[in-house]
Amino acid sequence: MRQPTNTREFIAWRTAQFFQDGDVVNLGIGMPTLCMQFIRDGIDVWFDSENGVIGITSGADGADNENLVDASGAPSTMRVGGCCFDSFMSFGYIRGGHIAATVLGAYEIDAEGNLANWMIPGKAAAGMGGAMDLVTGTRMTIVMSTHTDKKGNPKIVQKTSLPLTGYHCVDYIVTELAVIHITPEGPVLEEISKNTTVEEVVSKTGCKLTIPEGGPKYMEDCLSA
Amino acid sequence: MAKSKVTTIEEAMKKCHDGMSVLIPGFVNCGVPQTLIQGVMDAGIKDLRVISNNTSVKGHGIGKLVHDNRIKHLTCSHIGNNTETMEKVVAGEIDITFCPQGSLCEKVRAGGAGIGGILTPTGLHTPIEEGKQIVEWDDEKKEYKFVNASDPVNGKRYLLELPIRADVAFIHAYKADTMGNVQYELTARNFNQPFAIAADFVIVEAEHIVELGEIDPNDVMTPGFIVDMVVQAEKEVED
Repeated sequence: MRQPTNTREFIAWRTAQFFQDGDVVNLGIGMPTLCMQFIRDGIDVWFDSENGVIGITSGADGADNENLVDASGAPSTMRVGGCCFDSFMSFGYIRGGHIAATVLGAYEIDAEGNLANWMIPGKAAAGMGGAMDLVTGTRMTIVMSTHTDKKGNPKIVQKTSLPLTGYHCVDYIVTELAVIHITPEGPVLEEISKNTTVEEVVSKTGCKLTIPEGGPKYMEDCLSA
Repeated sequence: MAKSKVTTIEEAMKKCHDGMSVLIPGFVNCGVPQTLIQGVMDAGIKDLRVISNNTSVKGHGIGKLVHDNRIKHLTCSHIGNNTETMEKVVAGEIDITFCPQGSLCEKVRAGGAGIGGILTPTGLHTPIEEGKQIVEWDDEKKEYKFVNASDPVNGKRYLLELPIRADVAFIHAYKADTMGNVQYELTARNFNQPFAIAADFVIVEAEHIVELGEIDPNDVMTPGFIVDMVVQAEKEVED
């Protein structure tokens, strides 16, 4: 496994350590697709693309068939052993809980695990695509995000007022500063980066965080955990 | 000998009309029935009510219909990589109804399969539930009951999503035989297979038109008896 070289890659690297041997995982367009590059050695993870393929690969090297694309519409390739199916079957797998995890971005996530990532009132929306089905149906929802927005405002808030993509659906939030587990009792600060402090994370988070006894672990140590 | 359904794009367009509802499959620009869309463009057919997953990319596929203001109403899950669609929606030139991708598929499947609607948890507590009926499972009585979104939750809830059908379906096939048996290729299958069963008139464009018997029966993904016409798919002409 290669090592992350920047913030986005660090978030992707930590997120990818959630995946278990044999998992089938759906990665959202954009930053989540970086996770493919950070699968730990010795495990086998398969990637689902909701346009109807399991076994989609990273990058388009060798893509030569316009009838094989990923969820962004980009020409793609497949692993040997992969397969294709129609959209009905694809969302049956997703909604039916057959996909281990979905990874996607967010405008805001709140303390109850509500996710807003498709619409901001007053701005034109491009649509939710498959996100509502993915966060409703897959067994684990992981949000990958910077900890704050471009203006420095928290993206993790007590109660989001934005239109939701999914209700009580987020399990983990991974940022450049922390890993937050949304539990039935509320958000728990399970891990922080070695580049920050509990105080900094708390100050940049818009909701109350439970600090585990003995303090959070370091994100960088997750491989030995 | 079965009668051949292979015809010309001009004959196919005679079955299409202004104001028709049309199912147009494809995912971004993959598996989009480009030839049939070009046929609509050339025939000047307008005021379409389009049901599609997205609107391809600017100037391609469904993007051509968007660019030339041929769409009156659009039901989709996402505009795709087509910013022009958003501009037209904001300008009020296209009415749009967003539908979650999995729900869109199930609604169309229900329409094609004679099912009165589907119950899905997708979209609960989101703007998608507005104006729709919500049911809740009562585990003691073993029955569903209708509830309001604001009622206290006492059981597993689902949204009632109604079926979708259309006047016409445009289908993009990898191979079709002369009777209309269809095989799709890789991810170009996407919405083609579910959309093919939900229209009164089904027109297939095929990359390869083959003789009866050339597609192994095990590989037929849409049976020919529900297909009305087959035309040769042409490579998309750039505007």
